[in-house]
Amino acid sequence: MAIEVETPEGPRPVLELRRVVKSFGPVVALRSGSLALERGSIHALIGENGAGKSTLVKIVAGLYRRDAGEFLLDGRSVDFSSTAQSKAAGIAVIYQEPTLFPDLSVTENIFMGRQAVKRLGRIDRRAMRAEALEIFGRLGVSLDPDRVTDGLSIADQQIIEIAKAISLDARVLIMDEPTAALSGVEVERLFAVARSLRDEGRALLFISHRFDEVFALCDTVTVMRDGSYVDTTPIGDTTVDELVRQMVGRDVTELYPKLDARIGDVVLEVDGLTRAGVFRDISFEVRAGEIVGLAGLVGAGRSEVARAIFGVDPYESGSVRLEGALLPKRDPRAATSRGIALVPEDRRKQGLVLDDGVSRNLTLAIRSKLATWGLLWGGSENQAAQVWASRLDVKAAALDAETGTLSGGNQQKVVLGKWLATEPKVLIVDEPTRGIDVGTKAEVHRLLSQLAQQGLAILMISSELPEVLGMADRVLVMREGRLTGGFTREQATPEAIMHAATALTEAVR
Amino acid sequence: MTTTQAPVRTYKAHAQPAWRRMVLTRESAIIVMLVLVVLVSLVTVRNFDSPLTVTYLLRDVAPILLIALPMTLIIVTEEIDLSVASIVGLASVVTGLLAQAGLPFPLAALAAVLVGTLAGGFNGFLVTVVGLPSLAVTIGTLALFRGIAVGLLGTTAITDFPEYWTDLAKANIPGTPIPVIMVLFAVLALVFAVVLHFTPFGRSLFAIGLNKEAAAFSGIDVARTKFRLFVLSGAVSGFAGVYFTLLYSNARGDNAMGMELQIIAAVLLGGVSIFGGRGALHGVIAGVLLIGTLGSALRLAGISSDIINVITGLLLIASVVSTSLLAWLQARRSAAIGRRRGRDHRRSEPAPH
Repeated sequence: MAIEVETPEGPRPVLELRRVVKSFGPVVALRSGSLALERGSIHALIGENGAGKSTLVKIVAGLYRRDAGEFLLDGRSVDFSSTAQSKAAGIAVIYQEPTLFPDLSVTENIFMGRQAVKRLGRIDRRAMRAEALEIFGRLGVSLDPDRVTDGLSIADQQIIEIAKAISLDARVLIMDEPTAALSGVEVERLFAVARSLRDEGRALLFISHRFDEVFALCDTVTVMRDGSYVDTTPIGDTTVDELVRQMVGRDVTELYPKLDARIGDVVLEVDGLTRAGVFRDISFEVRAGEIVGLAGLVGAGRSEVARAIFGVDPYESGSVRLEGALLPKRDPRAATSRGIALVPEDRRKQGLVLDDGVSRNLTLAIRSKLATWGLLWGGSENQAAQVWASRLDVKAAALDAETGTLSGGNQQKVVLGKWLATEPKVLIVDEPTRGIDVGTKAEVHRLLSQLAQQGLAILMISSELPEVLGMADRVLVMREGRLTGGFTREQATPEAIMHAATALTEAVR
Repeated sequence: MTTTQAPVRTYKAHAQPAWRRMVLTRESAIIVMLVLVVLVSLVTVRNFDSPLTVTYLLRDVAPILLIALPMTLIIVTEEIDLSVASIVGLASVVTGLLAQAGLPFPLAALAAVLVGTLAGGFNGFLVTVVGLPSLAVTIGTLALFRGIAVGLLGTTAITDFPEYWTDLAKANIPGTPIPVIMVLFAVLALVFAVVLHFTPFGRSLFAIGLNKEAAAFSGIDVARTKFRLFVLSGAVSGFAGVYFTLLYSNARGDNAMGMELQIIAAVLLGGVSIFGGRGALHGVIAGVLLIGTLGSALRLAGISSDIINVITGLLLIASVVSTSLLAWLQARRSAAIGRRRGRDHRRSEPAPH
């Protein structure tokens, strides 16, 4: 699948990655990452969530070390073991939300840790201020070098990070989804800055989910998928449709065998659910036996909707009904007893008490049911835990083994077991297979499929398109807090979902 | 509801054999130390074995024992209540003033318990509704409640209480050197132990202490639970204030000054983690008795109270160090096992990107 990056005749790339591999335990995050950045050029890197873009960037930034493959800088092989080495080599990474010192001035932030000094080690404020102003002038932005950075917009904070990179004379600038939190005008200014940097001969890498920006700004585009390099093309030689096809193109139907289930009555009814600034006017229903996939990009507000339905988070207006009866707001206990279960996004923080035993975790949500006359004797919890651990085939040394010592897949099984033990009517699973090994992933999919056959209504939030396409009877798509698409199993194509998730709905229809 | 056709596995209930789980614990260590201190004192300290020593020891330690019960629950949820001794003082003053005003003593006592409960409710309100850290809140109310208590009574003391009640506070179980208050304590301790270790409510306390967020996602109302604990702590402290007043026939604003630190020290010595989620009530009771017995024996041996404080402090530090040492040794051991078993048992894996 992955092919070699063609090294174009012409200038030698300043930074080049060839078939770089990185895995975390059993999880392979990067199978074969390749990339070539050239001087005086803006390069786009696109791909689905989990395609390996961030891992690639972190290797370049010195946060991770590659397991295999080549990493060349000016044609010489390098191996960074810290971000300091990467910085010293002239690489700067600007993240989505910069981390500045809020109580220090703009100038102090730019020169943090390497202040200009006069004799006797006194800090030369005037020289630093002059250099900051000079950089701002080159970038064509006006920023007060003396004000504290607290209260500056994210766009201005990014400019400070860029100024820092320039003062370090960075040759390679990597911008990881810099526009996600910016308004239209701010994006324009950032682009103008990026172009002036390109014209100075620096190499830029721009990671984005927004195709219109990629086409407006970049010269070349590299697509990644499933941790592997797919293709690199000059921007003029490709189209949005072609890029989407490259991002999602794979055979999805064979991966996740979905069993046919009889679709019954409406169980969960969400109507006009709104939480200011997070999600707006969300309405949908889930029927017994149905798996509804909720797709979209990370940050689209899907998990927040799930948490509001379950009652962990508040919402301002709208309603949630279970089998026709209104569910109280902000009351996870009522939601649980009425038959809603939520397997949350972050199993280590939200799903499990990692320092407690497997048995205690499996029975935490049903602890009141297990008590006789209000008392819990060790036996009743262990009996229930035994049942659920063995049904889900949890691999653990003993029922009192600390859950934190289990592998990620087995931890996820414990969370699933904990919620299935409540005998829910609606199961909401948020990224049910994130970060777990392939074998367990297939087990989870088979389990969800069987549960639907038994009449459970399932809402599955997933950022993995193949998972959504393989498992869901119906697919809903969210973007920036709103439902932007609804597809039946037959209508749901990778292209349609990606378009609905990335703001290009009109372009396709 | 059946799910997968996975092979039926049976799991061991416990990774370690029963004797290891029972013997190699922090609680057992404290109990053993308590027994050792008692035995050594019996042999080496004159008069330690007299009935009067036992009576005075148990009387003095009774308020600490009582308040340590709700304090344990609070520390298990990773909170703290530093205002308990000030509530004892406030309740003492309220008892004295109302009794002096001619109210029947049981009513005065009830009012004092009520004031304690309200004080606890105030703490709980600031911690759970306003959302302030309990350390800051109760440092504040430590000063506030003490200030009100001293302000109400000035530097005077009320010493006139109905003899029936003061005698009851000092009475022993007939035929033993054990004060009657210990019967009440035994009942309360049993109730607290059952609640903490054998009820769904107790499970929720440990879950909150180990991971608040996961507890909330499991349908536990974290704020309401904590609020209840602070109210309970106030009520018990109020009652301890009444007992304290009767025992010494003395209602003063500065009664039980500094007792909060003795209580918290004993709870921590008894094996409750200051970071929440760990601890057992029998360890706490042994911890209180250990500090009390040691102090009593050293006093009888003619050692000054300054030295006793130094020894108590060292004991606490030693116990904390020993726990960390134990945890470190265990971590090393399980790491060695983990290496032998290979990749299956790795503790965690980072997210894939």
